Amino acid sequence: MTRYILRRLLAMPFLVLGIVTLAFLLTSVTKGDPLTAIVSDRQMNNPEVVAAAKAKWGLDRSLPERYVIYVGNLLTGDMGTSFITRRPVAQDVLYRLPATMELVTAAMIVGATIGIGLGVLAAYFHNTVIDHAARLFALFGSSIPVFWMGLALLYIFSVQWGILPGPGRLDARATPPPMVTGFMTIDTLIAGDFRLFIDAVWHLILPAFVLGWAVAGTISRLVRANMLEVLSREFILTARAKGAGEFRVVIRHALRNTMVPTLTVIGYSFAYLLTGAVLTETIFSWPGMGSYAVDAARGLDFPAIIGVTIVGGVVFLVTNLLTDIAYVFANPRVRLG
Amino acid sequence: MNAAPPLFEVRDLRVAFGRNGVFAEAVRGVSLHVNHGEVLGIVGESGSGKSVGMLAALGLQPEGARVTGSVRFKGQELVGLPRRTLRHLRGSRIAMIFQDPLSSLNPVMTIGDQIAEAVFLHNPDMSRKAVIERATDLLALVSIPQPDRRLHQFPHEFSGGMRQRVMIAMAVANDPDLLIADEPTTALDVTVQAQIMEVLADLQARLKLGLILITHDLGVLAGHADRVAVVYAGQVVEQAGVDDLFARPGHPYTRGLIASIPDMTIERERLFSIDGTPPALGRLPVGCAFNPRCIAAQDICRQTAPVTTGAPEHTAACHFAFQTVEAAR
Ligand SMILES: Nc1ncnc2c1ncn2[C@@H]1O[C@H](COP(=O)(O)OP(=O)(O)OP(=O)(O)O)[C@@H](O)[C@H]1O
Ligand code: SF4
Ligand SMILES: [Mg+2]
Repeated sequence: MTRYILRRLLAMPFLVLGIVTLAFLLTSVTKGDPLTAIVSDRQMNNPEVVAAAKAKWGLDRSLPERYVIYVGNLLTGDMGTSFITRRPVAQDVLYRLPATMELVTAAMIVGATIGIGLGVLAAYFHNTVIDHAARLFALFGSSIPVFWMGLALLYIFSVQWGILPGPGRLDARATPPPMVTGFMTIDTLIAGDFRLFIDAVWHLILPAFVLGWAVAGTISRLVRANMLEVLSREFILTARAKGAGEFRVVIRHALRNTMVPTLTVIGYSFAYLLTGAVLTETIFSWPGMGSYAVDAARGLDFPAIIGVTIVGGVVFLVTNLLTDIAYVFANPRVRLG
Repeated sequence: MNAAPPLFEVRDLRVAFGRNGVFAEAVRGVSLHVNHGEVLGIVGESGSGKSVGMLAALGLQPEGARVTGSVRFKGQELVGLPRRTLRHLRGSRIAMIFQDPLSSLNPVMTIGDQIAEAVFLHNPDMSRKAVIERATDLLALVSIPQPDRRLHQFPHEFSGGMRQRVMIAMAVANDPDLLIADEPTTALDVTVQAQIMEVLADLQARLKLGLILITHDLGVLAGHADRVAVVYAGQVVEQAGVDDLFARPGHPYTRGLIASIPDMTIERERLFSIDGTPPALGRLPVGCAFNPRCIAAQDICRQTAPVTTGAPEHTAACHFAFQTVEAAR
């Protein structure tokens, strides 16, 4: 198993290189003048900047040479400068990635908890009111667009009832804690400000729920189907014959046997969450990669677009690797060699 | 003599399954008992209701099954008992093992965890160390070599015979009074069947277990049971001490089963088998349930169901019970 993980880790750099190549080619092919992808319109009249950029990115060289230079720059952490923010893309991304990861992680926790919980209940009480309600909940989650749901829930819970805060990561009047991890919930704790921590969690609830709902629906359907199958297996009878209570039978024996497909779907739903985060962040003014990507796309901010593509791709690769490793741990019969 | 109640007594047990509101009985009024330390064999063809009946007796019937009748364990009525109370009996006073040891073990839990669970569920105050020690001892008890290493393995790393030993170890974890073994050797290789029977018989004698041994094979019971109940289509058609049953089978079905035991037909050209198949659930013939297959069947058999007759220690349910085939004609 260690060998399998090592092999997967060794493959990572090549996969990342693949993503970089693709992102690089797409932008160099689509854009006539690669210079405009690196230097903003305003700075075009500034010969010094243009000359520096040409030298740095080798714009007077052939495509393969430029590619080598681009990768070399990337290795030093240089992704060029964003037209819009006028800051290095790498710095922007580093600042915004944690916000997205915090949102996606929270959405994942919400989605997995609700999804597994509902799936288990729906299977145990199959063909009862509970089962039908769970099915309806899942249907809503997967058929209502994130965008619409976000606006509707924001309107109901924040504007109408005022029980949940509006957009943003913190109360507008609050002073954010110094950035350490970029996760607001963690940084507020590091800063020792518990009230700010509560505020951060409070702000996280609605966007996490909006983003997590669709995932919860998918997970609950899958867990229900698997639980139904497992609950009919003979070892469940053995557990009951041993004197195990229903809770133990359902959680320890049945649910644990559905963990392999469940973990897989949770892991792979990460891709969905990353995509969904784009819209959620826009609605909830969440300063993450999603809203950054939207701004970049709107402003044809090519360095930022490449940056976001590369980072998103890497995040995706890493979560898939983690999913596969978790898969091995959850299933003793799998021996990946 | 003021008789103490039998260890386990089933009276008029009925289990019905509903389809679209119509119920059909898979177990149709079974009565039997097991005394302390006694081995009762239950024999019958596939689908005769052996498993469903015994599971229902312990409150483990499939969802949607309707169970009526009386099941007493040491005098205590089990039918209608709250789930919680029943749960304390299961695995501690009454244990059960099943036909297929692979599907009966949880594939994602180690053997050790599964045995330990059987121990601590009924000994919540036991220390973790003591529980593991007990699990190791139990594996040794069923003759599994290197038990402390084997505890950490998963069911798929065990052979079929070894798995069934694990099931037995789990079943006797709390020194039960009654063990119900539902076809414990059917799914195993012929070569290990005898070994498993030996383990069971040995433990039964050592722990003075009341044992209900369910099987298709009357031959197995010849060497291992004290008494035998023969079931057909959800009813006990004959019940007797094992020697008496073989010497003086009272029911044509029992005679057919005896005739189909391989060892007893060595001199015959071919193995005898009872023609036909048992009735499907809810499709009982009028009269005696066995009549379409019975070589002794008469007109009365196709009209009225026979009642159970005979002395208490040997009963049979046949219009012509204890008569020879010739006499019946
Ligand atoms: N969940 C269920 N729903 C409907 N009918 C069932 C169900 N379980 C069992 N039955 C029926 O009950 C009858 C008895 O089944 P049972 O499993 O007790 O037979 P058995 O004597 O144990 O057979 P075998 O020797 O094959 O184990 C069968 O006709 C079967 O179709
Ligand atoms: S009652 Fe008739 S059909 Fe039934 S077993 Fe006896 S002889 Fe055969
Ligand atoms: Mg059976």
